Amino acid sequence: MDSASKPLKTLTLASLLLLAVATGLVLFYAPREAVMGEVQRVFYFHVAAGWVGMLSFLVAAVAGGMYLARPRARLDEVAVSSVEIGVIFTLINIVSGSIWARPAWNTWWTWDPRLVTASVMELIYFAYLMLRSGIDDPERRARLGAVYTIVGFLSVPLTFFSIRFFRTLHPVVIGSSNPAAVGGFDMTPRMLQVFLFSLLTFSLLYISLLWHRVRLERLTRKVEEAKGQRMAGGAA
Amino acid sequence: MAEIVSAPAHAAARPVGLLRAASAILWKDVAAEWRSREIVSGMAVFGLLVLLLFHFTLELEVQRQPSLTAGAVWVALAFAGTLGLSRSLAREIDRGSLDGLLLAPADRSAIFFGKMGANLLFVWLAAAILLPVTSVLYNVPLLQPAVIGIVALGTLGYVSIGTLLSAMAAQARTRELLLPILLFPIIVPLLVAGAKATEAVLAGLAWAGLAPWVNIMLAFDGIFLSAAWMVFEYVVEE
Repeated sequence: MDSASKPLKTLTLASLLLLAVATGLVLFYAPREAVMGEVQRVFYFHVAAGWVGMLSFLVAAVAGGMYLARPRARLDEVAVSSVEIGVIFTLINIVSGSIWARPAWNTWWTWDPRLVTASVMELIYFAYLMLRSGIDDPERRARLGAVYTIVGFLSVPLTFFSIRFFRTLHPVVIGSSNPAAVGGFDMTPRMLQVFLFSLLTFSLLYISLLWHRVRLERLTRKVEEAKGQRMAGGAA
Repeated sequence: MAEIVSAPAHAAARPVGLLRAASAILWKDVAAEWRSREIVSGMAVFGLLVLLLFHFTLELEVQRQPSLTAGAVWVALAFAGTLGLSRSLAREIDRGSLDGLLLAPADRSAIFFGKMGANLLFVWLAAAILLPVTSVLYNVPLLQPAVIGIVALGTLGYVSIGTLLSAMAAQARTRELLLPILLFPIIVPLLVAGAKATEAVLAGLAWAGLAPWVNIMLAFDGIFLSAAWMVFEYVVEE
């Protein structure tokens, strides 16, 4: 069994180190937000996890499109690995948001467009994983999976717009702000530094997780192929 | 396509026009449905059951809340629709007739449009039973041109993506279980917009109150009709 390559080991170590540093920055370096207090510190990893979730679903859709154009097993490995990571990070995004919302909005959950879009997106990719587990033939699984990553990704922005016509109360910290939002704040330079650092850390973490997961998928396939060859050899 | 041309078929096996091939498939499905009448009646009865259940579990007092009626009608249509959709391609695969369709010297899009046209027709027939009955049971005027137009627009997008996903679900082990799970998260924007547009009509709002929802439905129909058409050939590949 080949062990992980040197760049992968370095990247893993670097992202773990950065994650530790980012945690320290969020807890000790970032200033305490005046109105919301300590709970605002959820923001840094909340947005970073949401970003990784969106990024990984985008990567899966691109890999799916490329698979349909030119079927390569590697592209399918990337798509399924990326979706699995995206599902976990979207869940982190939703749960951390909920923890923040309890003190800030006085409720765990509200039917805001961003919350609904995130949860519908999560369900789309749960469905993707269920679709895959229901198909045994690897080639067909890859092909139908690729179609679903594309179709699923197309529906996400429409879901967001369809629900945005209801009033929203989710704060928009980056870009234009919404006067009706509850729990918004202006970032101080220190906050912005920590925020950007968290985004960078989570992006690196995503790349190293994706790399590991694709490698795992590849090893699984090798083992299955070896098993099949042995059984075929035994039968002959 | 190459293997079809080189097959020792008779000389007249030239590709048939898309429209002719699609209408042949549509006609075949309509003829099969005319003899069994199982899909439309199944959808209509199930839709009525959903509406009945909504009435008793939520104790809908519709005169006060048009939004609840509009929502109930759309959910009933969406639930009932999956019954017909799940039969559409599963039936072809079970009887081995999908291979015959795939061998036909016609573009794969013809299978998509033929199947989709038949599904759309069946959903419209079921809606044609559901809407008047709902109007009577819930005492709301659903039979007006605006509502019928909204339902036609919504079911078009629903059936486009539904036909594609039913072809996918039919190839999995867990097919009937899988179709609603694949379909419902994707049609959320369509259901929201359909219900809200219907509610706006029932509340007597002017076009300005209706337009954003109709626009979302138009966008959904355009995006998913073309997306489903483009990727369908990858789904039925054998």
